[in-house]
Amino acid sequence: MPSLARRLLRRLALTLVAVWGAATLAFAGMRLVPGDPARVIAGGVQANATPEVLDAIRDQYGLREPVLVQYGVFAGRLLRGDLGGSYQLNQPVSGVILDQLGPTVALAAGAAALGFTLAVAVALVTAGRPHGRAVSRALEFGSISTPNFWIGVLLLAVFSFRLHWFPVIGDGGLRSLVLPSVALALPIAGVLAQVTREGLERALDQPFAVTARARGATENRIRLRHALRHAALPVLTLSGWALGELLAGAVVVETVFARQGLGHVVVAAVRGRDFPVVTGVVVLSALTFSLINIVLDLLYRLVDPRMRPEPA
Amino acid sequence: MSGPLAEVAGLSVEFPTRRGVVRAVRDAGFALHAGECLAVVGESGSGKSVTARTLLGLAGPGARVRADTLSFEGRDLRALTPREWRRLRGRRIGYVLQDALTSLDPLRRVGDEVAEPLEVHGLATGDDLDDQVVALLAEAGVPDPETRFLQYPHELSGGLRQRALIASAIAARPSLLIADEPTTALDVTVQAQVLDLLDARRRDGTAVLLISHDLAVVARMADRVTIMYGGLVVEEGPAADLLSSPAHPYAADLLAAVPDLDGPVREPRAVRPAPASPSGCPYASRCGLADDRCRGELPPPVPYGPGRTVRCFHPGEDAPRPTARPAVPDVAPDVVPVRASTVASERAVVSVRGIAKRFRSPGGSWRRAVDGVSFELRAGEALGLVGESGSGKSTTARIVLAEIAPDAGEVLLDGEAWSGVRERERRPRRSRIQLVDQDPLSSFDPRFTVERVVGEGLPRGLTGARRRERVAALLGEVGLGPEILDRLPARLSGGQRQRVAIARALAPGPEVIVCDEPVSALDVTVQAQILALLARLRRESGVSLLFISHDVGVVRQVCDRVAVMKDGSLVEIGGVAAVLGAPRAPYTRALLAAVPRLHAGRRAAVPAPAMDLKGPT
Repeated sequence: MPSLARRLLRRLALTLVAVWGAATLAFAGMRLVPGDPARVIAGGVQANATPEVLDAIRDQYGLREPVLVQYGVFAGRLLRGDLGGSYQLNQPVSGVILDQLGPTVALAAGAAALGFTLAVAVALVTAGRPHGRAVSRALEFGSISTPNFWIGVLLLAVFSFRLHWFPVIGDGGLRSLVLPSVALALPIAGVLAQVTREGLERALDQPFAVTARARGATENRIRLRHALRHAALPVLTLSGWALGELLAGAVVVETVFARQGLGHVVVAAVRGRDFPVVTGVVVLSALTFSLINIVLDLLYRLVDPRMRPEPA
Repeated sequence: MSGPLAEVAGLSVEFPTRRGVVRAVRDAGFALHAGECLAVVGESGSGKSVTARTLLGLAGPGARVRADTLSFEGRDLRALTPREWRRLRGRRIGYVLQDALTSLDPLRRVGDEVAEPLEVHGLATGDDLDDQVVALLAEAGVPDPETRFLQYPHELSGGLRQRALIASAIAARPSLLIADEPTTALDVTVQAQVLDLLDARRRDGTAVLLISHDLAVVARMADRVTIMYGGLVVEEGPAADLLSSPAHPYAADLLAAVPDLDGPVREPRAVRPAPASPSGCPYASRCGLADDRCRGELPPPVPYGPGRTVRCFHPGEDAPRPTARPAVPDVAPDVVPVRASTVASERAVVSVRGIAKRFRSPGGSWRRAVDGVSFELRAGEALGLVGESGSGKSTTARIVLAEIAPDAGEVLLDGEAWSGVRERERRPRRSRIQLVDQDPLSSFDPRFTVERVVGEGLPRGLTGARRRERVAALLGEVGLGPEILDRLPARLSGGQRQRVAIARALAPGPEVIVCDEPVSALDVTVQAQILALLARLRRESGVSLLFISHDVGVVRQVCDRVAVMKDGSLVEIGGVAAVLGAPRAPYTRALLAAVPRLHAGRRAAVPAPAMDLKGPT
């Protein structure tokens, strides 16, 4: 399928543009924020670095050059995949990110699995059933409109402090992953459940659902074998957004649960104006986001044969 | 078998809604024997589909079903559990819905869809299942079934999809096949083939319950006919008898409204639509014979000749219209013989010269939609453009409307360039050419009132009360009262919507109205009213009509000349009587031969594939 290959190439090219754009915005953003980078490197604004030390730092990091030259150097490094070194941690940015990637990926993956499963299960059970739908809609609106840090605090209060089912802090394996994943998954599950149910109900209203019933198919079969695929289409469309929400939410949830992870790193880096680390995380996010959307695009074609190009 | 295969008596189906209980079916009944075809005929909302679905236990969500008798293969269906219903569906009763594009799951392979009844009922598995499905597709007349098996519904033509749907319905060898408008969305030649397929099943001993709004389709294959109106069975009897001498006034009106290819051209009788009476006969408000008794009291079903019953106080009384086909029709306002009043001149309003248009298919190849089409639309004439789906007639219409530009050739409006000029030069002249399309609702802004919809076509300077007056006058011209000025289009009936669409087209005082399948979505009686309206407007205002339709009968009623299109080209053009009476092109002959006729009768129907090129009658 040459047209598919061409489409993929175009998407990949667009990904590079998106990553470059995100990196440029991060660069510009860090320059616009008031404050002297040299002081940050010297150990923060409070640190009393001598002017000589600051001058030395400016020379070393090329901070005296015009902004455009600095940008050129920055872009050139980025092209080679070099994200530079952290101002605060005396470590290459790639190393910082790789160290902290694991816990965040575990959290996001756990929340994604939980959120999607919950949403699909709730939608399958409540679609087209007025009473179930009413109850479930109330719960969904609740979970959508509650910020996830508050959900996190509530979960901690009930399940950790009171019932002692789950650890309060710590990275002690799967048990400590449960509450953060739930806190991160609930708001997303609320939205996805509504979209999935709406998709299911629309599909169940279609003549093909009547036809399937007239063939003697059970309600479960109609929902699982027919309607669910139709509901998957709008859910796929929203998945890009949902995965973005997961990345953003991870920052907050990691803080609430005092977890290791990229969110933690970003918060520390932004506060400390650790420019290379912030840029590194931004570039990584942009890349992840673009790649996820390419995968979703391919999945869309897999689910809906009408999106596939005709065989010549 | 001694008793009937399926028997229904005293059936009533109600749907509770927020605005009260809707009585969809009242006291309906029928009996159906093995190898017999019973047709249930009625307009949308008559309760015909609900009645049929009751046999499957699928009357609809929230339906309240009551019946004195509801039996199938000797079992009382009223006592079935959900599980028992499922064992019946697809296994003993097959169900074919209209429009196979939406009735087959678009995301599943055709083979999986056909296999579903066999799978659900545990009749076959694995390779055996696949073999059976391929055999079923072949049996339903799907060419190259091994390939089609793996394709998706959208990759098949409409006719093939309908065949696949039938293959699925007959997969488990049911003894009853319910076909709900099985040919409504199909071209006539394909329609004939699908009907032959159903008829073959009937000859093999399967009972067929055929639901249709189209009496001509029914005439072709039904043994018995049941006519429903307002949820009631108004007349029932052997097909040949009933269709030749209908006893109920509605049956007679229905027959008279069918655009026919034989017999004299009649201007359809105008029927004043009115709400159904709550207590009396539901047809009383539209019936020419209705008296106070009809309006106050529901007539009981009474025997009328051998094997016939009719629910009417005046059965068979209505002599003037339907059976005799009089030369002088009765005194409805729209009745004037069409052709006598036609004042077509030789001046061409629209000249289409050698237009061509091709489109890129999703696969990347080019498809010629229109290829070298030329014709003239003369002042005051109605020119019909007939052809099957994909023949290029709608593309031609869009080029005439300057909605799309032709790749080659040109269109002139009043002798001036119309295609190939800038939109800015065209815009002041746009009011001269207007459109009425098949689905008026989707061409209205759903938030606009009728007043705003129609007012869109009026000059901007006209404001306030005078504008409202003008809109009301336009509505009057199309037979609508001023009370609908403030209504939203969604609250109107199909016929009223089409009238509003026509009023909007008339608003700027056009020279040409392009009508793209204007009556295809309407019930026959409503269709007849809209055709009468178009004929009258043309007579009174001298507007030219470019009338696009797949229905040769409709074109015959409205048009002076007809152009036949096939695969993007004109195959024949000429006077209606000449082209339809003595067609010269082989394609026109095949097209006419495939049109189902009211009076041909089943035994005389074209038996083999309809594309064999015999002349009509």
